[in-house]
Amino acid sequence: MTEPDFDVIVVGAGLAGGVAAHQLAQAGLSVGLLERGESAGSKNLSGGVFYCRPMEQVFPDFLTQAPIERRIDRNQVCFLNRDSWVALDYADQRLATAGTAVTVLRAKLDAWLAEQCEAAGAVFMPGVRVDQLWLEQGRVVGVTAGSDQLSARVVVAADGVNSFLTRQAGLRQQPALDQLAVGVKAVVALPAAELETRFGLSGDSGQAFALVGDCSEGIGGGGFLYTNRESVSVGLVLRLDDLVRRGARTVEVFERFLAHPFLERYLGEGQIIEYGCHLVNEGGLAMRGQIVHDGLVTVGDAAGLTLNTGLTVRGMDLAVGSAVAAAEAVAEAIAAGDCSQAGLAGYQTRLEASFVGQDLKTYARAPHFLETPELYGAYGQLLADVMFSLFHLDTSPRQRFLATARQALKASPVNLSQVARTAWRGVRSL
Amino acid sequence: MNPLSLNQRLASDRFLTDESASHITVDQELARSTGTAERLIAICPAGVYSRAADGSLAVEYAACLECGTCLAVADPGTLTWHYPAGGHGVQFREG
Ligand SMILES: Cc1cc2nc3c(=O)[nH]c(=O)nc-3n(C[C@H](O)[C@H](O)[C@H](O)COP(=O)(O)OP(=O)(O)OC[C@H]3O[C@@H](n4cnc5c(N)ncnc54)[C@H](O)[C@@H]3O)c2cc1C
Ligand code: SF4
Repeated sequence: MTEPDFDVIVVGAGLAGGVAAHQLAQAGLSVGLLERGESAGSKNLSGGVFYCRPMEQVFPDFLTQAPIERRIDRNQVCFLNRDSWVALDYADQRLATAGTAVTVLRAKLDAWLAEQCEAAGAVFMPGVRVDQLWLEQGRVVGVTAGSDQLSARVVVAADGVNSFLTRQAGLRQQPALDQLAVGVKAVVALPAAELETRFGLSGDSGQAFALVGDCSEGIGGGGFLYTNRESVSVGLVLRLDDLVRRGARTVEVFERFLAHPFLERYLGEGQIIEYGCHLVNEGGLAMRGQIVHDGLVTVGDAAGLTLNTGLTVRGMDLAVGSAVAAAEAVAEAIAAGDCSQAGLAGYQTRLEASFVGQDLKTYARAPHFLETPELYGAYGQLLADVMFSLFHLDTSPRQRFLATARQALKASPVNLSQVARTAWRGVRSL
Repeated sequence: MNPLSLNQRLASDRFLTDESASHITVDQELARSTGTAERLIAICPAGVYSRAADGSLAVEYAACLECGTCLAVADPGTLTWHYPAGGHGVQFREG
């Protein structure tokens, strides 16, 4: 057999592809990293809270060297109604010290990561769209891009949530609509001093809001508001099955969200400097397809690895975790001279033993729980109604809390047993 | 805050449009008969799809943000959609 062009070809310079390429190049293998954008990160978008411990295991100086925005030490979960909101506001000095969550902007972070790959010896090729996997007798032997063919011992498909490569080759199914959501996002610029005043921040501390309820107009999903250095990432994630069922116009839902009175004091007078959208995997463990084939492994979003727990959306850390596991297994397979499915099986074992596999299992029931429609409408209003009766002291005689809650429940479209059922399922799923 | 108009928001993005070819093509007959056309008009966050004066589905491919949502919700066979050629299309500067 003639020598292949590379030991490994990685398709996609997102976090999964970048980390895989970096680790493999560092292991001394020849690596080609192919990216369709004009630069790494130019096609990528996330909400922006990166749980970065796994990345620090790859780059010990990540927090000081990489282009991170702010360290998140304050989290708010907020039920948003049209004219009211009820929030749980959690700030903790320990979070600031630990630095396990930082905000990032992908165009900047992924570009930095591609530089690290090049420094480790990988060949980075931006502006190259891979059209197909190159298959010989069912085995992946490289990729096709335009009229070029590049061969490799192993191909790492890190081509994101749509992963046309694996779908075209029949290695992965098109996900069901309730396993996908569309994220719509704006980056709103504010001068750092103004932003710090509005959010009550100092230094490089930052805040993350998870918004549920009226922000998505009852559509399954939610909103987010994350602080960057001199901008705010604000967006909505809307589950596709629900969006289609209601025939809602995404653009209008997003515009009403941005105009919501709750957001005004944070974003007022801010300037939109970018608008984007991207699909999110929502299926959790059930979505993870087959991740090892003859001559191919899939990592990150391309493998369906995302976790939505309702409070946190995690895809970036899983992308990194899966890439680390895959790189170890691929290096081992190449050293052993067996890049068949059996030779690469170590990836699956490593992934399952890692935090990625463990957390996917722990939260396996979360997607189903998050399909509870009342979470996005009635519950937020119910909470606000209880709070209203507690704080709206209009000289009418007060009732004890329990009676107040019972009355609010009576006025609500949901009943006590529904609330109890949701709470029970929530406790068991999250 | 003022959400601006969709076109104003899109104007804040950087696009390197492939003038030579659209990456989206529609089977007009099928899009109409399956109801896919209305679905695409409603769901696309970039407003790429609209109803043309002659009743067909117009596609403003240059505004596409490449999320893949339209393809996910389209009935099989109504839409041919692939990523624009390498280096073309939207180029996020923030992400
Ligand atoms: C609105 C939104 C909010 C989110 N919020 C969070 C959050 O707060 N925290 C979190 O951890 N996760 C979040 N996620 C999920 C997270 O963004 C993803 O899980 C993560 O980006 C996956 O990384 P990846 O490297 O697997 O894929 P991607 O980042 O999508 O990278 C795929 C790469 O492959 C390239 N590519 C694709 N096809 C080809 C091809 N044919 N040829 C060449 N190159 C190709 C793409 O251009 C891209 O660079 C969010 C997602 C969205 C959409
Ligand atoms: S990919 Fe996204 S932005 Fe582009 S046309 Fe389809 S739905 Fe619209």
